[in-house]
Amino acid sequence: MSNNPQLNKNGDLEHLLTTEGLPAPILLNILDTAKSFVGVTERDVKKVPLLRGKSIFNLFFEPSTRTRTTFEIAAKRLSADVVNLNISASSQSKGETLLDTVNNLSAMHADMFVVRHSQSGAAHLIARHARPDIHVINAGDGRHAHPTQGLLDVFTIRHYKRDFRNLRVAIVGDILHSRVARSQIHALTTLGVPEVRVIAPKTLLPSKVERLGVHVYHEMRQGLKDVDVLMMLRLQNERMLNARLPSTEEYFKYYGLTQEKLSLARPDAIVLHPGPMNRGVEIDSAVADGRQSVILPQVTFGIAVRMAVMSILAGN
Amino acid sequence: MQLPDAEQLLIELAASLRPDITQNTALVGIHTGGAWLAEWLHQHLKPSLPLGTLDVSFYRDDFAQIGLHPQVRPSNIPFQVEGSHIILIDDVLYTGRTIRAAINELFDYGRPASIRLAALIDRGGRELPIAAQYVGMALELPWDKMLALKKSAWGKMSLSLHDKRRDNE
Repeated sequence: MSNNPQLNKNGDLEHLLTTEGLPAPILLNILDTAKSFVGVTERDVKKVPLLRGKSIFNLFFEPSTRTRTTFEIAAKRLSADVVNLNISASSQSKGETLLDTVNNLSAMHADMFVVRHSQSGAAHLIARHARPDIHVINAGDGRHAHPTQGLLDVFTIRHYKRDFRNLRVAIVGDILHSRVARSQIHALTTLGVPEVRVIAPKTLLPSKVERLGVHVYHEMRQGLKDVDVLMMLRLQNERMLNARLPSTEEYFKYYGLTQEKLSLARPDAIVLHPGPMNRGVEIDSAVADGRQSVILPQVTFGIAVRMAVMSILAGN
Repeated sequence: MQLPDAEQLLIELAASLRPDITQNTALVGIHTGGAWLAEWLHQHLKPSLPLGTLDVSFYRDDFAQIGLHPQVRPSNIPFQVEGSHIILIDDVLYTGRTIRAAINELFDYGRPASIRLAALIDRGGRELPIAAQYVGMALELPWDKMLALKKSAWGKMSLSLHDKRRDNE
């Protein structure tokens, strides 16, 4: 049907590698299914038997506590067995190749891999070479994609704003290094958000970013005017190989979200952040903890969205 | 084949349920047809506990064969299950597998005092030891036919019969 490596021959989702190129009905099906899982996570017994007997391997080649934990909770709430592997610390240091690691784990009868890797394309590579009945979820690869984060962000937006079709959304910060921003942009545009803005200094924007269908701003005062949703990005110190900014203090002065800058947006605007936050760098504490912040609900919804993705993949 | 009038059967079903509605009775409809019936019954029988709905997709036993149902709706149980007398409501009782899934899901909300089952149509063909206490009508149907409740745009409910697709209850 297509050469999209994420879809099987019936056009159903087989792997989740990126939000780019996924048709709107597939994205909406994930969001609708996640809505049902939100109810499950509010019950006394926060568990359904759907993936009983399935083995899900969290393959983290790059350190991450939060994302790994949310995938682990999601898998456990689906009754799957979860194995966490921090591979940076073991095989790779002994010189095993990525595909050898994957083949070894496949031989242990894995049903699904959740992959985090510092190299863009790692999850694609694994999806292409793993046994055909194994499903792969990309939990972040280099600067490329972090699709479950993008999906939980659009889920959060739909929860508060109901509809995508009249929204102005601004993504603020380090777009250049951000796989989250790319996944957000593809999901938002596919779901019909008419105006997606990116706000960042020139040094933190990829060249030709307009090609993704976004409007580019370099100043918060213009970029935040009348927006409904602000998606803040973390300033990624660990990816800042060469100095692209004079100082974090100066970054905060121009691009840090304060109440004063937030007042330029619509009065009912919501503020998202994928975490972990650098308070006083990209966001002021008064905003992070303020009434327009939906940062903690994002975390809760993130589990429901990951449950939805896992159960849809396992069924296809 | 002449199908019975769903709304007439529903009135009869309501009459058989009415004497058993107590302070602690909760009606729970199974999506989709059962939820429509339960909504009507809740309006007419007026039990004191709010209406519940279940989508049993996360508890089905055919997930390994057919995957996740394409349109899962949220389940909503807005009352304390612990100690309540629940009447499950479904449109068509057939293999009993949906009811098995619904009972399992209810127990993840708490331990009910009892669960009974009301079905508009009992078409036989049980694959599990499950029986309904309240039945609108028992109906023999060819095995290759599927019976389902439909609801028109203006809210009229009716039964419809169509060919069963393979592997699909």
